[in-house]
Amino acid sequence: MSWLIKSSIGRKVIQSISGLFLILFLLFHMSMNVVLIFSHETYDFLANEILGANWWAIVGTLIIGLGVGVHIIYAIILTLQNWKARGRDRYASKSKTPVAWSSKNMFVLGVFIALFLIVHMYQMWYQMQFKDLFGMEGVRHDGAQLVVDVLSQTWVLIAYVVAFIALWFHLNHGFWSALHSVGWNNDIWMKRLKRLGYFVSTLIVLGFIVVAIAVHFGYSNLLA
Amino acid sequence: MDKDINIKVKVWRQNGPKEKGRFETYELKNISQGSSFLEMLDILNEQLVNDGKIPVAFDHDCREGICGMCSLYINGHPHGPDGEITTCQLHMRSFDEGDTITIEPWRSAGFPIIKDLVVDRTAFEKIMQAGGYVSVNTGGIPDANAIPIPRDKAELAMDAAACIGCGACVAACKNGSAMLFVAAKVSQLALLPQGKPEAARRAKSMVAKMDELGFGNCTNIGACEVECPKNISISNIARLNREFLKAKLKD
Amino acid sequence: MKKIDSKVPKGPLAEKWTNYKNSQKLVNPANKRRLDVIVVGTGLAGASAAATLGELGFNVLNFCIQDSPRRAHSIAAQGGINAAKNYPNDGDSVYRLFYDTIKGGDYRAREANVYRLAEVSNSIIDQCVAQGVPFAREYGGLLANRSFGGSQVSRTFYARGQTGQQLLLGAYSALCRAINRKQVKLYTRYEMLDLVMIDGRARGIIARNLVTGKLERFAAHAVVIATGGYGNAFFLSTNAMTSNGSAAWQCYKKGAWFGNPCMAQIHPTCIPVHGEFQSKLTLMSESLRNDGRIWVPKKMEDAEAIRAGKLKPTQIKEEDRDYYLERRYPAFGNLVPRDVASRAAKERCDAGYGVEPSGLGVYLDFSEAIERLGKEVVEERYGNLFQMYEKIVDHNPYETPMMIYPAIHYTMGGLWVDYELMTNIPGLFAIGEANFSDHGANRLGASALMQGLADGYFILPYTIQNYLADQISVKRFSTDLPEFEQAEKELSDRVNRLMSIQGKHSVDSIHKKLGHVMWELVGMTRDEKGLKEAIVKLKEVKEDFWTNVRIPGKRDDFNMELEKALRLADFIEIGELMAHDALDREESCGGHFRIEHQTEEGDTLRHDDKFAYVSIWEYRGEDKAPVMYKETLEYEFVVREQRNYKS
Repeated sequence: MSWLIKSSIGRKVIQSISGLFLILFLLFHMSMNVVLIFSHETYDFLANEILGANWWAIVGTLIIGLGVGVHIIYAIILTLQNWKARGRDRYASKSKTPVAWSSKNMFVLGVFIALFLIVHMYQMWYQMQFKDLFGMEGVRHDGAQLVVDVLSQTWVLIAYVVAFIALWFHLNHGFWSALHSVGWNNDIWMKRLKRLGYFVSTLIVLGFIVVAIAVHFGYSNLLA
Repeated sequence: MDKDINIKVKVWRQNGPKEKGRFETYELKNISQGSSFLEMLDILNEQLVNDGKIPVAFDHDCREGICGMCSLYINGHPHGPDGEITTCQLHMRSFDEGDTITIEPWRSAGFPIIKDLVVDRTAFEKIMQAGGYVSVNTGGIPDANAIPIPRDKAELAMDAAACIGCGACVAACKNGSAMLFVAAKVSQLALLPQGKPEAARRAKSMVAKMDELGFGNCTNIGACEVECPKNISISNIARLNREFLKAKLKD
Repeated sequence: MKKIDSKVPKGPLAEKWTNYKNSQKLVNPANKRRLDVIVVGTGLAGASAAATLGELGFNVLNFCIQDSPRRAHSIAAQGGINAAKNYPNDGDSVYRLFYDTIKGGDYRAREANVYRLAEVSNSIIDQCVAQGVPFAREYGGLLANRSFGGSQVSRTFYARGQTGQQLLLGAYSALCRAINRKQVKLYTRYEMLDLVMIDGRARGIIARNLVTGKLERFAAHAVVIATGGYGNAFFLSTNAMTSNGSAAWQCYKKGAWFGNPCMAQIHPTCIPVHGEFQSKLTLMSESLRNDGRIWVPKKMEDAEAIRAGKLKPTQIKEEDRDYYLERRYPAFGNLVPRDVASRAAKERCDAGYGVEPSGLGVYLDFSEAIERLGKEVVEERYGNLFQMYEKIVDHNPYETPMMIYPAIHYTMGGLWVDYELMTNIPGLFAIGEANFSDHGANRLGASALMQGLADGYFILPYTIQNYLADQISVKRFSTDLPEFEQAEKELSDRVNRLMSIQGKHSVDSIHKKLGHVMWELVGMTRDEKGLKEAIVKLKEVKEDFWTNVRIPGKRDDFNMELEKALRLADFIEIGELMAHDALDREESCGGHFRIEHQTEEGDTLRHDDKFAYVSIWEYRGEDKAPVMYKETLEYEFVVREQRNYKS
């Protein structure tokens, strides 16, 4: 299986599979967030009892962490290799080839999303699962309230929304590109996959944004 | 209607592979828009020779868009701003009075510069030699009609086989990737029954050679497809990925 | 007079090749490894020969002028390749293909060679399909055919309008495989500039590394020339920019005979010349004549109005159009052979009915085909050609007829070879367009691809063994031998002489002058006065070149001007020989049309009693007139007739 690491297509497969996996996670995460709008209690129940510091949640977290790690490391490797493959001298004229903006800027978008992740993880996950795991002070078990607290700050909301938009661009190319890289594409499916990618990325990002804005303006826990 | 125009060309000049290059700007008067881009360069070279200067070296041969020799990066496009053509088919009617046209060689680590606008595309040769063929000797072949091939398959194979090996895909790619070139050949032969028996071996060895030669990783940007003078679809890249993965998973 | 031995085997026509193969000498596998063969050129003939010889076990050195064998100009052939498969069941056979080819060539080719060509044609299609060449297919999955000029059956196999490309890529892929298996060593961006002979045999070449500019020596037991034709002597032709006659010409200067130099083919359907800056002419495939109808206006005033831009072709009424090919040649109509179609176009234009602003153009009209078949079908058949036309001329051929005019396309003449494809120099072979070939005085469409691949895949790999079988005890040659030393020195002196001229004119400007003389006086129609004038003018061009050419840059460097100059020096001399040969051949046949010798209707008038021969020219040294020998063409099996495409 060393070809996975040694060949260009193998590396692309790793990047694709990890990306697709993260898309699944995002779908789950987004669904979880939507719960917040309806019921804080349910949300906290899910966060503490179903997930929390249970072993399966820990394993899940590790797997997701691994997915993110692999995705980032391979993004760096691929980008460095591609940068080198471009040659020492660069074009003086700017490329005028009409291509999707996101496709050319996946790494930049990725870096942006990664930076956001650091903030986000500190604000949320560190306060909840991490502190819990290591028996640290000030563990928050009231996840829903934590989210409300964090998102009530305007700068946070703006940062989140901007990051979500970046995520939308990233996923929009990433979705079909990942399937393309594992070989699942042809002339007919190209359009379908692009449309599906558009749908999936919009669904995920719209979910995130709606929840963030709703929470910020106090429209959450509506069923309580 | 075609008219005569005055233009400036900003051309990359480089004496040899290891020498430092620079841009030189030249003025050209009364260029007919009916002339081809390469004829405009012929006129420039005639001018340079008459002035006792060294003419600009550029690759060209058939001048009818099929040999794949011409390879200029013009105003931010491989093969220039017009679509579905090679540099030699580009005509000056794509430009206007007073334009400054920037002309650069293909730029990629896989294609080192030989002189001025001429690059070394031997890497493509090596990839082809690694497996871009059906292993049959001359003679002892069954009748051509012995194996019927569905028309749509043959047409798809022909779409891929139309590749002229010019390297515009690599030149257009931000990643310096040669995937479209490799995918076109792998696809053509994987689609036809004649190429099936060694499809796995072919995909593996051509990709391995491509990687070894320092071409970049494909990130499905699609610039190659846009700039390809022969409209080779990136669907072929998906097919290559599929063929490659199939081959590796079988091992 | 020297004895000319064409080595045609005895026996009935259909058995000659089989008999030859049964009795020829072969080389055993262990000995093949010890024998080196140089193949110069990587087009259809060169690539197929190099690959096949490599597969057989010979040690092959293959030279390519471009950066890849895939660039060879065979790639530009559009329409198709002939074969006597008779898949459409329309009455084709090996004999009929043979007959059409002999007749198309105006009975100036060797019967035995042409029959062999027709015989192996079917194997070529099999070979190409096995290599993965995506020929056009019917819905049932079997191969499709179309018809071409000079034949009444559909025997042409094709891959859209890119047949040459696909066949070349097939041969190229075979070559790649042989290179990968170390059976062939490929040298790209090398140009052969001289032949090296040892004891009267071809034993090597001197080639210039086009990247470093250095002259390099290569030795072998046999040398195969597959460098194509010399049509670029006309400056404007459908040939590629690097297509040249130098390799063949240098062989000629070392004593190889040159056969039928005046036989050049003019292709009727090219895009007309549009200005002084024009660098080459673009061919529109002959296959277009399947569905396109050629016409000019019937009325002089209409033609004048069109030339002045006052009238559009679509405004000319049907009854005011002169479909002159259909009028003159009812049986073949628009599908007459190329020489006939070309001259008919020239005749109309000379009479004042031409349509380009220059007056040198006729219409090729698809409106009827579009009406009959629908735009989709026409697009499917010719889409890429239409697109190519529109990019160049900026007119949409779906809406307005194409304008076309004849242009130099192919040279039937070339190095003289015997039945074994060996020149008169032992060990020197010539294949493909480079030899004087099987096309006589005119080549039919879709036959060049056939001949190139026949020579390379199926003929030379046999016949060369008959020669090499006697060479097995000859050790590999050192390139330090005095013969190599001297050849390189002579060449080096020649290059130095060129570099030292430092005159006022660019190579291209002199090449244009040469082209002008050639086209006007040694072109589509020729006469005694013009040819004599041409010989005088060509001397002047030569003088001009050797005193006024300016080659900038250094000799030991990547220097495209020097490359062009070396080629031009030879083109001028080739032009002179063409003029001499054309003057000498006082008849009209195929592509060679002497105004003095025509029928009442303006068609070619052969004089079989006096000129049923191949003219063979031998070089006698600088400033000495070459000598001509005649290889009489005995026709045992076919009766020569006046070519008739009328009924």
